[in-house]
Amino acid sequence: MSTTPHSSEILTLECDHIIDLASKGKRIDGRAPMDYRKIKIQTGIIEKANGSAQVDIGQTKVIVGVKIEAGTPFPDTPNEGVQTVNAEFTPLAHPTFELGPPQENSIELSRIVDRNLRESKAIDLTKLSIIPGKKVFVVFIDLNMLDHYGNLIDASTYAALSALLTSKLNKYEVKNDELVIKDDQQPLPMNDYPIPITFAKIGKTLMLDPNIQEENAMSTRLTVGIDNEDCVCAMQKGGLGGFEPSEIESAVETAIQKSKEIRKLIMEATR
Amino acid sequence: MRTFGKNSIKSAFEWILLTILAQKKQLVIPGELVAKGEYDPDLNVYKDGENIYSTMIGLFEYQGSRISVVPLKHCYFPFVDDIIIGRITDVGMSGWSVDINSPYSAMLPVTEFGARQNYPRKRETTQSLRVGDLVKAKIIAFDRSRDPLLSARDRELGKITGGRMIKITPSKIPRLIGKEGSMINLLKKESACSLSVGQNGIVLVTCNSPKNEEVVVELIKMIEHEAHTQGLTDRVSEVINRKLRGV
Amino acid sequence: MYKLVKPDPSKNLINDKGLRSDGRRPDELRSIKLQVGVLDNADGSAYIEQGKNKIIAGVYGPREIHPKHLIISDRAAIRCRYRMAPFSTDERKHPAPSRREVEISKVIREALEPSVLSEYYPRTVIDIFIEALQCDGGTRCASIVAASLALADAGIPLKELVSSCSVGKVKGHVIVDLYDLEDKYGEADLPIALMPNHNLVTLIQMDGKLSKEEFDKAFNMALEGCRKIRNLQNDALKRKYKLESDTENSKDSKEEVK
Repeated sequence: MSTTPHSSEILTLECDHIIDLASKGKRIDGRAPMDYRKIKIQTGIIEKANGSAQVDIGQTKVIVGVKIEAGTPFPDTPNEGVQTVNAEFTPLAHPTFELGPPQENSIELSRIVDRNLRESKAIDLTKLSIIPGKKVFVVFIDLNMLDHYGNLIDASTYAALSALLTSKLNKYEVKNDELVIKDDQQPLPMNDYPIPITFAKIGKTLMLDPNIQEENAMSTRLTVGIDNEDCVCAMQKGGLGGFEPSEIESAVETAIQKSKEIRKLIMEATR
Repeated sequence: MRTFGKNSIKSAFEWILLTILAQKKQLVIPGELVAKGEYDPDLNVYKDGENIYSTMIGLFEYQGSRISVVPLKHCYFPFVDDIIIGRITDVGMSGWSVDINSPYSAMLPVTEFGARQNYPRKRETTQSLRVGDLVKAKIIAFDRSRDPLLSARDRELGKITGGRMIKITPSKIPRLIGKEGSMINLLKKESACSLSVGQNGIVLVTCNSPKNEEVVVELIKMIEHEAHTQGLTDRVSEVINRKLRGV
Repeated sequence: MYKLVKPDPSKNLINDKGLRSDGRRPDELRSIKLQVGVLDNADGSAYIEQGKNKIIAGVYGPREIHPKHLIISDRAAIRCRYRMAPFSTDERKHPAPSRREVEISKVIREALEPSVLSEYYPRTVIDIFIEALQCDGGTRCASIVAASLALADAGIPLKELVSSCSVGKVKGHVIVDLYDLEDKYGEADLPIALMPNHNLVTLIQMDGKLSKEEFDKAFNMALEGCRKIRNLQNDALKRKYKLESDTENSKDSKEEVK
């Protein structure tokens, strides 16, 4: 059951102030409407994982670990590896995150990240077959929110991409129908990947990369995913409001420009 | 009739800019544009800039500059001073919880029930009103921050001891009552039945004759369906003549 | 090592003349049947058949809200559940709620929220239950179309109805109202929901790959599809209630029109 969310944590005075600033093209932290906060990417921090990365956007911190293990393929794609994304909204990340099974926000986020990777075939699953029809590599992508200060979608996806781009896969040999995993490693085969850019609609103004106070004041959120060829690969609207068609068109154009900057950052961090 | 005086040119101009786009009693649906201009949006319509839209499925109405839609289906929204008929759903130390056919559950304090000032204990509370009983009461308080508060102290209010309960759309209750009670009194007189009407759409019918009871129920449903037509009183009289008087 | 050879379903999805495998042109919607007021217990209800989709939506409310911590002090809360019947798909679906159903419940609720005048009923809840009885692509769109009608049928005050439609791409052709195979084997899937009077898009999701030009074309095709479906919704409401109000109006033929 999905229910209208509401929080007793919201301060109306602050939200009104943010909406007022937005109408003048200003933001509470002094950024320009189309500026991201400072993005910091660290890779290879969890040695036991096949790949890992922590991305900080401003004060938001997300850590992603990639584990690659042998498993069984899906029946309709017997020669392809398997990709699975899970998001954990751990209680330490925000006072309103509770213990328990994944809530709709956590499920939505994991599915957004999953689709971003899956439709674009970012992970080359065709190269992850071990014994066709019987054994393939399963790529587990686990997103862990550490500190929620807004825009978990972008932070999680950038961290997932950074972790995957630096993931190492063990080499293997199939001897007499037995799978022998060797110590030698090779990079996880990756293709082109889309970069998500998230907008917040505050009053009637669109802004990029909302921080937590802006997320409380916004009516609606739009994430646009753009790939290397400036094609639209993903979109997700969230929140209680809506967008005019012209706002969506303009968001796509901005996302095409902005994704180039972010892509450069990720490429540098994962070289 | 509009008269044209000194300010006639300005007011005539304004009149041309006002447009009513639906006919009276026309069926309108949510989001349907019913008027444009300086009108006064009343019930079940909303104004967006110059445009006035219906919010419900209902019949379009306007009175002078007041624009309304009378909904065909809606739930009862409590108003202070409304007389309602409710059903007891819970008994507590200080009073009763009452289902008033509304998304808001009402509260009838012990102090507001019965003519005398007494403060019975829980066991005694049960003896006056039990879960499932019907009560006629008045809403004495209701606002957006708390549930409706009832009182059953006035003379015609209190426990309802018997009868058949009928639910109709609350917006049709005024028609059932009629101008200064004309319709409801007609039904009472001709059927020799006792009729109790709540603003919340609940009607209680108590008859000695089962045949008369059936006719009254039929008439109530007919009034509900034809509340906004002309000549309803005549048609009701015709049914009364035919079925109650045997004319 | 053996190779698995699978027939390529995308081969037949659209032919050289631009006709789709079910005979539709790229901008043609599936046949849609709408019925309002199909259930007796629910305060409002509606049923939609769109191609092979068969979905029923029921609304209860505004009503008292339980549990109490969901109460919002200045407006009604909206609760929405989208559920697929186990027999609704080619392969039986497990009855437990899947992550996909959880996400779809959320996006459907968020698509309908902007249309509801929820401030009229503070501290109450409006419950929307959607049962997809047979699924063949575009179920979240069809659900929104039915749920919006059910809300109107229940007497919930609305700014207007919400309409919804999907577009996609198959073999480079941009097409409207995808059915299941086109969704699975096509190159893009873009469902949207629209409040036409307010020109407000209340749902937009996309996965696949569309160039900016293709996106513009697809987006506009979807908006057009929504407007067409909105007319069908209006007709369905008037059809259901016309009968009731006709009895009232027929006795009124001499009423003056001002």
